[in-house]
Amino acid sequence: MIEEIRAHVAEKLQELDGVVGLRQTAEGTAPYLFRQGDDLSQLVLHPRYPLSPIVSLLQKRYPEARFGIVARGCDARALVEMAKREQVDPDRLYLLGVACTAEEAEECHCADPAPDPAPWLQAEVIGAPAEGASPNPIVVEYEGMSLEERRAFWRQQFLKCIKCYGCRNICPECFCESCALEDEVWVERGLLAPPFPMFHLIRAMHMSGRCVACRQCELTCPAHIPLTVLYDLIRRDVGNLLGYVPGADIEAAPPLSLTLDEAPLLVETIPH
Amino acid sequence: MEYKNVLTTCIYCGCGCGLYLEVLDGEIVGVIPAKEHPVNQGRLCIKGWNAADFVYHPDRLKTPLIRKNGELVEATWDEALSLVAERLGAIKAESGPNSLAFLSSAKCTNEENYLMQKFARAVIGTNNVDHCARL
Repeated sequence: MIEEIRAHVAEKLQELDGVVGLRQTAEGTAPYLFRQGDDLSQLVLHPRYPLSPIVSLLQKRYPEARFGIVARGCDARALVEMAKREQVDPDRLYLLGVACTAEEAEECHCADPAPDPAPWLQAEVIGAPAEGASPNPIVVEYEGMSLEERRAFWRQQFLKCIKCYGCRNICPECFCESCALEDEVWVERGLLAPPFPMFHLIRAMHMSGRCVACRQCELTCPAHIPLTVLYDLIRRDVGNLLGYVPGADIEAAPPLSLTLDEAPLLVETIPH
Repeated sequence: MEYKNVLTTCIYCGCGCGLYLEVLDGEIVGVIPAKEHPVNQGRLCIKGWNAADFVYHPDRLKTPLIRKNGELVEATWDEALSLVAERLGAIKAESGPNSLAFLSSAKCTNEENYLMQKFARAVIGTNNVDHCARL
Protein backbone atom coordinates (compact mmCIF):
# COMPACT_ATOMS: atom_id res chain seq x y z
CA MET A 1 0.00 0.00 0.00
CA ILE A 2 2.82 2.41 0.83
CA GLU A 3 4.21 2.14 -2.71
CA GLU A 4 0.82 3.05 -4.11
CA ILE A 5 0.67 6.09 -1.81
CA ARG A 6 4.18 7.21 -2.78
CA ALA A 7 3.28 6.93 -6.47
CA HIS A 8 0.15 9.03 -5.94
CA VAL A 9 2.11 11.67 -4.05
CA ALA A 10 4.80 11.78 -6.76
CA GLU A 11 2.13 12.35 -9.38
CA LYS A 12 0.29 15.00 -7.37
CA LEU A 13 3.50 16.89 -6.60
CA GLN A 14 3.64 17.86 -10.27
CA GLU A 15 0.62 20.10 -9.74
CA LEU A 16 0.60 20.84 -5.99
CA ASP A 17 2.97 23.07 -4.02
CA GLY A 18 3.61 20.30 -1.53
CA VAL A 19 2.13 17.33 0.31
CA VAL A 20 2.07 17.01 4.11
CA GLY A 21 2.96 13.54 5.34
CA LEU A 22 5.30 11.66 7.63
CA ARG A 23 8.99 11.47 6.75
CA GLN A 24 11.29 8.83 8.13
CA THR A 25 14.97 9.69 8.36
CA ALA A 26 17.88 8.34 10.41
CA GLU A 27 16.81 10.53 13.33
CA GLY A 28 13.20 9.34 13.39
CA THR A 29 9.79 9.95 11.87
CA ALA A 30 8.05 13.32 11.91
CA PRO A 31 5.64 15.45 9.88
CA TYR A 32 7.13 17.00 6.75
CA LEU A 33 6.14 18.98 3.68
CA PHE A 34 7.16 16.87 0.69
CA ARG A 35 7.99 18.93 -2.37
CA GLN A 36 8.80 18.01 -5.94
CA GLY A 37 12.20 16.31 -6.11
CA ASP A 38 12.12 15.05 -2.50
CA ASP A 39 12.97 11.42 -1.79
CA LEU A 40 9.54 9.80 -1.51
CA SER A 41 10.97 6.52 -0.24
CA GLN A 42 11.07 8.43 3.07
CA LEU A 43 7.28 8.83 3.10
CA VAL A 44 5.80 6.50 5.75
CA LEU A 45 2.54 6.08 7.70
CA HIS A 46 3.74 5.41 11.25
CA PRO A 47 3.63 6.60 13.96
CA ARG A 48 0.49 8.76 13.72
CA TYR A 49 1.09 12.48 14.27
CA PRO A 50 -1.68 15.07 13.89
CA LEU A 51 -1.15 16.45 10.37
CA SER A 52 -4.15 18.74 9.89
CA PRO A 53 -2.67 21.61 11.99
CA ILE A 54 0.31 21.65 9.62
CA VAL A 55 -1.98 22.11 6.63
CA SER A 56 -3.59 25.01 8.47
CA LEU A 57 -0.20 26.55 9.27
CA LEU A 58 0.99 26.26 5.67
CA GLN A 59 -2.23 27.54 4.12
CA LYS A 60 -2.16 30.61 6.37
CA ARG A 61 1.48 31.30 5.54
CA TYR A 62 0.93 30.74 1.81
CA PRO A 63 -2.59 31.97 0.99
CA GLU A 64 -2.30 31.16 -2.71
CA ALA A 65 -0.65 27.75 -2.45
CA ARG A 66 -2.32 24.39 -2.96
CA PHE A 67 -1.27 21.59 -0.64
CA GLY A 68 -2.04 17.92 -0.30
CA ILE A 69 -2.15 15.74 2.78
CA VAL A 70 -1.71 12.03 3.35
CA ALA A 71 -4.58 11.70 5.80
CA ARG A 72 -5.99 8.97 7.95
CA GLY A 73 -9.65 9.00 8.92
CA CYS A 74 -9.01 11.09 12.02
CA ASP A 75 -6.91 13.64 10.08
CA ALA A 76 -9.71 13.98 7.53
CA ARG A 77 -12.38 14.44 10.23
CA ALA A 78 -10.17 17.03 11.94
CA LEU A 79 -9.85 18.91 8.65
CA VAL A 80 -13.66 18.98 8.29
CA GLU A 81 -14.09 20.64 11.68
CA MET A 82 -11.16 23.00 11.03
CA ALA A 83 -12.66 24.02 7.67
CA LYS A 84 -15.92 24.96 9.40
CA ARG A 85 -13.99 27.26 11.69
CA GLU A 86 -11.93 28.81 8.88
CA GLN A 87 -8.70 27.13 9.90
CA VAL A 88 -8.25 25.39 6.56
CA ASP A 89 -9.49 26.20 3.07
CA PRO A 90 -10.97 23.02 1.56
CA ASP A 91 -10.78 24.47 -1.95
CA ARG A 92 -6.99 24.55 -1.80
CA LEU A 93 -6.56 21.05 -0.42
CA TYR A 94 -6.03 17.67 -2.00
CA LEU A 95 -6.76 14.81 0.36
CA LEU A 96 -5.05 11.48 -0.17
CA GLY A 97 -6.88 9.32 2.32
CA VAL A 98 -5.42 6.15 3.79
CA ALA A 99 -7.75 3.62 5.35
CA CYS A 100 -6.43 2.20 8.61
CA THR A 101 -6.00 -1.55 8.83
CA ALA A 102 -8.25 -3.59 11.09
CA GLU A 103 -5.39 -3.85 13.62
CA GLU A 104 -4.82 -0.10 13.63
CA ALA A 105 -8.55 0.54 14.03
CA GLU A 106 -8.70 -1.89 16.93
CA GLU A 107 -5.74 -0.21 18.63
CA CYS A 108 -7.65 3.10 18.64
CA HIS A 109 -11.10 1.52 19.17
CA CYS A 110 -11.94 3.62 16.12
CA ALA A 111 -15.52 3.48 14.90
CA ASP A 112 -14.68 5.23 11.64
CA PRO A 113 -11.23 4.15 10.45
CA ALA A 114 -11.35 5.31 6.81
CA PRO A 115 -11.37 8.87 5.46
CA ASP A 116 -14.52 10.01 3.69
CA PRO A 117 -13.65 11.59 0.32
CA ALA A 118 -17.10 13.26 0.03
CA PRO A 119 -16.37 16.64 1.68
CA TRP A 120 -13.41 17.38 -0.56
CA LEU A 121 -13.22 18.74 -4.08
CA GLN A 122 -10.20 16.57 -4.73
CA ALA A 123 -9.78 13.38 -2.79
CA GLU A 124 -8.89 9.75 -3.17
CA VAL A 125 -8.84 6.97 -0.62
CA ILE A 126 -6.36 4.12 -0.71
CA GLY A 127 -6.93 0.83 1.11
CA ALA A 128 -10.09 -1.05 1.95
CA PRO A 129 -12.06 0.45 4.85
CA ALA A 130 -11.88 -1.81 7.91
CA GLU A 131 -14.96 -2.52 9.94
CA GLY A 132 -15.38 -0.27 12.96
CA ALA A 133 -13.47 -1.67 15.93
CA SER A 134 -14.72 -2.88 19.28
CA PRO A 135 -15.68 -0.16 21.80
CA ASN A 136 -13.17 1.09 24.34
CA PRO A 137 -13.38 -1.41 27.27
CA ILE A 138 -12.91 1.41 29.82
CA VAL A 139 -15.98 3.16 28.39
CA VAL A 140 -17.97 -0.05 28.69
CA GLU A 141 -16.81 -0.49 32.28
CA TYR A 142 -17.54 3.19 33.06
CA GLU A 143 -21.08 2.95 31.79
CA GLY A 144 -21.74 0.23 34.35
CA MET A 145 -20.72 2.51 37.24
CA SER A 146 -22.97 4.44 39.62
CA LEU A 147 -22.72 8.24 39.74
CA GLU A 148 -20.58 8.05 42.89
CA GLU A 149 -18.27 5.53 41.28
CA ARG A 150 -17.96 7.71 38.20
CA ARG A 151 -17.03 10.74 40.30
CA ALA A 152 -14.46 8.68 42.20
CA PHE A 153 -13.08 7.36 38.89
CA TRP A 154 -12.51 10.84 37.49
CA ARG A 155 -11.22 12.22 40.78
CA GLN A 156 -8.57 9.51 40.81
CA GLN A 157 -7.69 10.05 37.15
CA PHE A 158 -7.57 13.86 37.25
CA LEU A 159 -5.47 13.83 40.44
CA LYS A 160 -2.68 12.46 38.24
CA CYS A 161 -2.76 15.51 35.95
CA ILE A 162 0.52 17.46 35.87
CA LYS A 163 -1.09 20.30 33.90
CA CYS A 164 1.31 20.04 31.00
CA TYR A 165 -1.40 21.25 28.59
CA GLY A 166 -0.27 18.48 26.23
CA CYS A 167 -3.86 17.39 25.57
CA ARG A 168 -4.65 20.90 24.39
CA ASN A 169 -1.38 21.45 22.55
CA ILE A 170 -1.54 18.31 20.45
CA CYS A 171 -5.27 18.58 19.70
CA PRO A 172 -5.98 19.45 16.05
CA GLU A 173 -9.18 21.20 17.12
CA CYS A 174 -7.53 23.44 19.75
CA PHE A 175 -6.52 26.56 17.87
CA CYS A 176 -8.03 29.43 19.89
CA GLU A 177 -5.62 32.34 20.29
CA SER A 178 -6.58 32.74 23.94
CA CYS A 179 -7.40 29.66 26.00
CA ALA A 180 -9.76 29.50 28.98
CA LEU A 181 -7.33 27.04 30.59
CA GLU A 182 -4.74 29.83 30.80
CA ASP A 183 -7.22 32.37 32.17
CA GLU A 184 -6.80 32.89 35.92
CA VAL A 185 -10.54 33.52 36.21
CA TRP A 186 -11.03 29.81 35.52
CA VAL A 187 -7.74 28.13 36.40
CA GLU A 188 -5.63 29.29 39.31
CA ARG A 189 -1.92 29.32 38.55
CA GLY A 190 0.57 27.17 40.39
CA LEU A 191 -1.88 24.53 41.62
CA LEU A 192 -1.32 20.82 41.10
CA ALA A 193 -3.43 18.81 40.54
CA PRO A 194 -5.66 21.36 38.81
CA PRO A 195 -9.06 22.05 40.39
CA PHE A 196 -11.32 18.98 40.19
CA PRO A 197 -13.25 18.59 38.00
CA MET A 198 -13.32 21.99 36.31
CA PHE A 199 -9.98 22.01 34.51
CA HIS A 200 -10.78 18.92 32.48
CA LEU A 201 -14.47 19.68 32.15
CA ILE A 202 -13.78 23.15 30.73
CA ARG A 203 -11.76 21.52 28.02
CA ALA A 204 -14.32 18.77 27.53
CA MET A 205 -17.07 21.38 27.17
CA HIS A 206 -15.04 23.28 24.60
CA MET A 207 -14.37 20.08 22.67
CA SER A 208 -18.01 19.08 22.41
CA GLY A 209 -18.95 19.28 18.75
CA ARG A 210 -15.25 19.42 17.89
CA CYS A 211 -13.58 16.22 19.10
CA VAL A 212 -13.01 13.90 16.15
CA ALA A 213 -11.70 11.00 18.26
CA CYS A 214 -8.11 11.04 16.99
CA ARG A 215 -6.88 9.93 20.45
CA GLN A 216 -3.80 12.13 20.28
CA CYS A 217 -4.60 13.70 23.69
CA GLU A 218 -4.59 10.33 25.41
CA LEU A 219 -1.42 9.23 23.63
CA THR A 220 0.48 12.35 24.69
CA CYS A 221 -0.73 12.43 28.31
CA PRO A 222 2.30 11.88 30.59
CA ALA A 223 -0.07 10.94 33.42
CA HIS A 224 -1.80 8.22 31.37
CA ILE A 225 -5.28 9.67 31.95
CA PRO A 226 -7.74 7.77 29.71
CA LEU A 227 -8.95 10.95 28.03
CA THR A 228 -10.69 9.17 25.17
CA VAL A 229 -13.20 7.86 27.71
CA LEU A 230 -14.19 11.44 28.50
CA TYR A 231 -14.28 12.44 24.86
CA ASP A 232 -16.08 9.30 23.69
CA LEU A 233 -18.83 10.13 26.16
CA ILE A 234 -18.93 13.79 25.06
CA ARG A 235 -19.20 12.66 21.43
CA ARG A 236 -21.95 10.24 22.36
CA ASP A 237 -23.92 12.95 24.17
CA VAL A 238 -23.49 15.49 21.38
CA GLY A 239 -24.75 12.82 18.97
CA ASN A 240 -27.72 11.85 21.13
CA LEU A 241 -28.68 15.36 22.19
CA LEU A 242 -28.03 17.33 19.05
CA GLY A 243 -27.68 14.77 16.29
CA TYR A 244 -24.19 16.06 15.47
CA VAL A 245 -21.19 13.92 14.57
CA PRO A 246 -17.98 15.99 14.46
CA GLY A 247 -16.00 15.50 11.28
CA ALA A 248 -18.78 13.78 9.35
CA ASP A 249 -20.53 16.44 7.28
CA ILE A 250 -18.72 19.57 6.12
CA GLU A 251 -22.06 21.35 5.53
CA ALA A 252 -23.48 20.72 9.03
CA ALA A 253 -23.09 23.70 11.35
CA PRO A 254 -21.45 23.00 14.74
CA PRO A 255 -24.25 22.88 17.34
CA LEU A 256 -22.52 25.12 19.86
CA SER A 257 -22.44 27.86 17.22
CA LEU A 258 -26.24 27.70 16.96
CA THR A 259 -29.15 28.60 19.22
CA LEU A 260 -31.48 25.95 20.63
CA ASP A 261 -34.12 27.17 18.16
CA GLU A 262 -31.78 26.39 15.29
CA ALA A 263 -30.61 23.09 16.77
CA PRO A 264 -33.20 21.80 19.25
CA LEU A 265 -32.36 19.09 21.76
CA LEU A 266 -33.37 15.65 20.58
CA VAL A 267 -34.10 14.35 24.08
CA GLU A 268 -36.14 15.60 26.99
CA THR A 269 -33.74 14.83 29.80
CA ILE A 270 -30.01 15.39 29.78
CA PRO A 271 -28.15 12.16 30.64
CA HIS A 272 -25.49 12.03 33.34
CA MET B 1 8.82 27.09 1.06
CA GLU B 2 10.05 24.53 3.57
CA TYR B 3 8.38 22.81 6.52
CA LYS B 4 10.34 20.24 8.46
CA ASN B 5 10.89 18.93 11.98
CA VAL B 6 14.29 18.90 13.63
CA LEU B 7 14.91 16.37 16.40
CA THR B 8 16.53 17.71 19.55
CA THR B 9 16.66 17.04 23.29
CA CYS B 10 14.73 19.11 25.79
CA ILE B 11 17.10 21.48 27.59
CA TYR B 12 15.09 21.88 30.79
CA CYS B 13 16.14 18.92 32.95
CA GLY B 14 18.21 15.80 33.10
CA CYS B 15 15.49 13.43 31.78
CA GLY B 16 16.45 14.14 28.19
CA CYS B 17 13.07 13.95 26.47
CA GLY B 18 13.13 13.93 22.68
CA LEU B 19 11.23 16.64 20.89
CA TYR B 20 10.91 18.01 17.39
CA LEU B 21 11.23 21.68 16.63
CA GLU B 22 8.77 22.55 13.88
CA VAL B 23 10.63 24.74 11.40
CA LEU B 24 8.79 26.74 8.75
CA ASP B 25 11.05 28.60 6.32
CA GLY B 26 13.93 28.59 8.78
CA GLU B 27 11.90 29.82 11.75
CA ILE B 28 10.87 27.70 14.75
CA VAL B 29 7.06 27.70 14.93
CA GLY B 30 6.32 24.93 17.41
CA VAL B 31 7.27 21.86 19.42
CA ILE B 32 6.09 18.29 18.83
CA PRO B 33 6.94 15.47 21.27
CA ALA B 34 8.91 12.70 19.57
CA LYS B 35 6.78 9.55 19.57
CA GLU B 36 9.64 7.16 18.87
CA HIS B 37 11.95 8.57 21.52
CA PRO B 38 12.75 5.92 24.16
CA VAL B 39 12.64 8.37 27.08
CA ASN B 40 9.34 10.20 26.63
CA GLN B 41 7.52 8.14 23.97
CA GLY B 42 5.52 11.05 22.58
CA ARG B 43 4.91 12.81 25.87
CA LEU B 44 6.27 16.04 27.37
CA CYS B 45 5.81 18.08 30.52
CA ILE B 46 4.91 21.76 30.39
CA LYS B 47 8.55 22.77 30.22
CA GLY B 48 9.18 20.56 27.20
CA TRP B 49 6.12 21.88 25.39
CA ASN B 50 7.53 25.39 25.86
CA ALA B 51 11.17 24.49 25.33
CA ALA B 52 11.54 26.73 22.28
CA ASP B 53 9.90 29.85 23.69
CA PHE B 54 13.16 31.51 24.66
CA VAL B 55 14.66 31.25 21.19
CA TYR B 56 13.21 34.49 19.80
CA HIS B 57 12.38 36.09 23.16
CA PRO B 58 13.32 39.78 23.19
CA ASP B 59 14.89 39.41 26.66
CA ARG B 60 17.17 36.60 25.57
CA LEU B 61 20.82 37.32 26.36
CA LYS B 62 22.93 37.23 23.25
CA THR B 63 26.21 38.45 24.71
CA PRO B 64 27.78 38.16 28.18
CA LEU B 65 27.00 41.02 30.57
CA ILE B 66 29.54 42.57 32.96
CA ARG B 67 28.48 44.72 35.88
CA LYS B 68 30.24 48.06 35.62
CA ASN B 69 29.47 50.79 38.15
CA GLY B 70 26.34 48.89 39.22
CA GLU B 71 24.99 48.47 35.68
CA LEU B 72 25.05 45.35 33.52
CA VAL B 73 26.83 46.18 30.28
CA GLU B 74 27.13 44.01 27.17
CA ALA B 75 30.60 42.55 26.71
CA THR B 76 32.51 40.26 24.35
CA TRP B 77 33.22 36.65 25.30
CA ASP B 78 36.95 37.37 25.43
CA GLU B 79 36.37 40.22 27.85
CA ALA B 80 33.98 38.18 30.03
CA LEU B 81 36.16 35.06 30.17
CA SER B 82 39.28 37.11 30.95
CA LEU B 83 37.46 38.83 33.81
CA VAL B 84 36.17 35.51 35.24
CA ALA B 85 39.64 33.91 34.99
CA GLU B 86 41.29 36.90 36.61
CA ARG B 87 38.77 37.08 39.49
CA LEU B 88 38.79 33.29 40.12
CA GLY B 89 42.60 33.37 40.20
CA ALA B 90 42.64 36.35 42.56
CA ILE B 91 40.06 34.88 44.98
CA LYS B 92 41.90 31.55 45.03
CA ALA B 93 45.22 33.33 45.77
CA GLU B 94 43.68 35.49 48.50
CA SER B 95 41.36 33.02 50.26
CA GLY B 96 42.27 29.52 49.06
CA PRO B 97 40.49 27.15 46.61
CA ASN B 98 37.73 26.22 49.09
CA SER B 99 36.48 29.79 49.03
CA LEU B 100 35.09 28.97 45.58
CA ALA B 101 32.18 26.71 44.58
CA PHE B 102 31.00 25.41 41.22
CA LEU B 103 27.34 24.92 40.41
CA SER B 104 26.59 22.99 37.27
CA SER B 105 23.31 22.22 35.59
CA ALA B 106 20.97 19.42 34.56
CA LYS B 107 20.51 21.40 31.34
CA CYS B 108 24.11 20.69 30.36
CA THR B 109 25.33 17.52 28.73
CA ASN B 110 27.19 14.85 30.71
CA GLU B 111 30.37 15.97 28.99
CA GLU B 112 29.89 19.60 30.00
CA ASN B 113 29.19 18.58 33.59
CA TYR B 114 32.28 16.37 33.58
CA LEU B 115 34.37 19.29 32.39
CA MET B 116 32.90 21.54 35.08
CA GLN B 117 33.82 19.24 37.96
CA LYS B 118 37.20 18.51 36.40
CA PHE B 119 37.89 22.23 36.23
CA ALA B 120 36.79 22.66 39.87
CA ARG B 121 38.87 19.78 41.20
CA ALA B 122 41.94 19.72 38.95
CA VAL B 123 42.41 23.39 38.04
CA ILE B 124 40.99 25.25 41.04
CA GLY B 125 41.50 22.50 43.63
CA THR B 126 38.16 22.31 45.42
CA ASN B 127 35.51 19.64 45.89
CA ASN B 128 32.79 22.31 46.20
CA VAL B 129 30.75 20.99 43.25
CA ASP B 130 26.97 21.02 43.18
CA HIS B 131 24.13 21.42 40.74
CA CYS B 132 21.42 23.89 39.87
CA ALA B 133 18.66 22.08 41.75
CA ARG B 134 20.33 23.09 45.05
CA LEU B 135 21.27 26.59 44.00
